[in-house]
Amino acid sequence: MASLSIRNVQKRYGALDILKGVDIDVGDGEFLVLVGPSGCGKSTLLNMIAGLDDISAGEIAIDGRRVNELHPKDRDIAMVFQSYALYPNMSVRQNIAFGMEMRGVPKPERERAIGQVAKLLQIEPMLDRKPSQLSGGQRQRVAMGRALVRNPKVFLFDEPLSNLDAKLRVEMRTEIKKLHQRLGATIVYVTHDQIEAMTLATRIAVMRGGELQQLGTPHEIYTRPNNVFVAGFMGSPAMNLIPALVSGGDGGPMVRFSTLDGGAGLALGADLARRVRPGQEVLLGLRPECFSDLGDEHSRGLPTFACTVELTEPTGADLLAMLTLGGVETVARLRPDAAVHPGASAVFAVDMTKAVLFDPASGVRI
Amino acid sequence: MAETLTQGPSPTPATLLPALGRAGLYGALVVLALVYATPLFVMVITSLKSLEEIRNGNLLSLPLSPNFDAWIKAWSGACVGVACEGVNRFFVNSVMMAVPSVAISCLLGALNGYALTKWKFRGADLVFALILFGCFIPFQIVLVPMASVLGMLGLASSTAGLVLVHVVYGVCFTTLFFRNYYAAFPSELVKAATIDGAGFLRIFWRIMLPNSLPILVVTVIWQFTNIWNDFLFGASFASGTAQPMTVALNNIVNTSTGVKEYNVDMAAAIIAALPTLLVYVLAGRYFVRGLMAGAVKG
Ligand SMILES: Nc1ncnc2c1ncn2[C@@H]1O[C@H](COP(=O)(O)OP(=O)(O)OP(=O)(O)O)[C@@H](O)[C@H]1O
Ligand SMILES: [Mg+2]
Repeated sequence: MASLSIRNVQKRYGALDILKGVDIDVGDGEFLVLVGPSGCGKSTLLNMIAGLDDISAGEIAIDGRRVNELHPKDRDIAMVFQSYALYPNMSVRQNIAFGMEMRGVPKPERERAIGQVAKLLQIEPMLDRKPSQLSGGQRQRVAMGRALVRNPKVFLFDEPLSNLDAKLRVEMRTEIKKLHQRLGATIVYVTHDQIEAMTLATRIAVMRGGELQQLGTPHEIYTRPNNVFVAGFMGSPAMNLIPALVSGGDGGPMVRFSTLDGGAGLALGADLARRVRPGQEVLLGLRPECFSDLGDEHSRGLPTFACTVELTEPTGADLLAMLTLGGVETVARLRPDAAVHPGASAVFAVDMTKAVLFDPASGVRI
Repeated sequence: MAETLTQGPSPTPATLLPALGRAGLYGALVVLALVYATPLFVMVITSLKSLEEIRNGNLLSLPLSPNFDAWIKAWSGACVGVACEGVNRFFVNSVMMAVPSVAISCLLGALNGYALTKWKFRGADLVFALILFGCFIPFQIVLVPMASVLGMLGLASSTAGLVLVHVVYGVCFTTLFFRNYYAAFPSELVKAATIDGAGFLRIFWRIMLPNSLPILVVTVIWQFTNIWNDFLFGASFASGTAQPMTVALNNIVNTSTGVKEYNVDMAAAIIAALPTLLVYVLAGRYFVRGLMAGAVKG
């Protein structure tokens, strides 16, 4: 268990800037999840922490000690790879023992440690099998076992669940979360899966093109995204970004946007109202769940607007209504039995306390 | 009644054509098999006949009283050049030459392939291209420079010298095989082992080699057949008692004194071919598999 700090870390391949100065501090026992589009440098950053790639500039420190020049084996980290990287020629037992064997841990001690980990991960019956004789979920657990048995300072996971089917993925996600709570280990975890990121992380780092876009708790990332990229990247369906105009009103500033039925205006909360001036163009960020129909008790006392519903998509748990607001397609997540019908106009209430505003030019949150 | 039941629908062109194609295919295969097997058949039966029978009989007739006299003579009595002690010591020479040559060249090739793919350094691809170039150098070109190098090293006319020659010449091919195999070998295994604390050689020995069986078999078969069957290097760089089997065989067959002992010649030729045959039988199963793996992954 340890802290990890990444200070202005850069990575270049020749003239190619892959990481352009990343700063992240991971506290003891924290679960940091790295997300971002494919090719943004997540694996590269993980490999640099592990020592598998060298660092072009900046510093990585574990427990306050600079590790830039330290060999991977001396960094006291363990890594779980996307493909698990189990040694095909060795049994599960040998796979788990290999790291200890290389470190010269005596045999009885190795056996004891393997026993403990096997019990924790429930892989005792398969210790003498080869990786090829295991199912995907079992391989995943063996890969975890290989990392756990070392009891390292920092765990690194590179998309460990992406090879599993949906059901197993949910199961293993819960397993990992439990494991983290039980061990209190420091973990850096790369994933493409939003739900994994939201459920596992104590903090999420959103990356794009080798740059850190936002670092914060899942709640912060979800409710107060730094810019339109983060807003669009996290959450499914994504946050709606509605082009709107700020105008003065009787009850304070409002945002006005076009609808299929003409136009609509919503009063801004006091907090947002202070940061804009009339006449300013903004992007109004509203999560699909900010909308409700008037039959919903949550709609009481909220500002409303009327709009024609273009399409509805019942998902079972919710009813998704498609609207066109400010000229862009907008998704509203309503109760499953909300009284809205495609082609007909309906009135929607909007929880403006959860709204965020972005500057259309820079994409930065106002 | 029973007849009408067993009668199927009359053959139509649609069912007839594949059947004909199949028959043609098997026919061609049988002919080809005969073409390949007949010389071997003649060799075997000739080696089991007496000289008299060979002189008076038909080439293809079976031996009247099969015996191994010719084999025994070929092994321990036939005249190779001036000495009449059979081929046994030359056979041993070939083993002493082929086994270390194959082992060393395969091991070096595997190490090269490993370093060229998993420990990529600046210019690794250029180095590989140059090594590849070595595959296209004809034997004849290196004869003279090789002879002077062997002379300088004091290895001329020795089995050790032949081993060196075959290793140097074979490393290009073994490197090619292993490099292509390791290029498709998951790098994450190497990374995992690095984190586990294994170094360059330890990863090679514990992770890479044990997972290289298919390509190892291909390389061993390739190298063994080439080295065992080599005549030019053997004839050029080994003389007298250090000669390999192939050169000795040539000397037996081409001995101009006395009567031509076809049965002994045939027995000696089969003895010379046996080891490669054995290697194919033992490892052939993996050979095809390995070639396929290399083809798909490389
Ligand atoms: N050896 C290399 N030489 C040049 N560019 C490289 C090299 N390795 C990776 N890159 C580039 O670095 C960028 C980041 O790669 P990285 O593997 O870190 O992405 P990632 O965020 O993990 O993506 P994914 O989600 O698809 O795994 C990519 O654009 C990739 O093309
Ligand atoms: Mg990646």
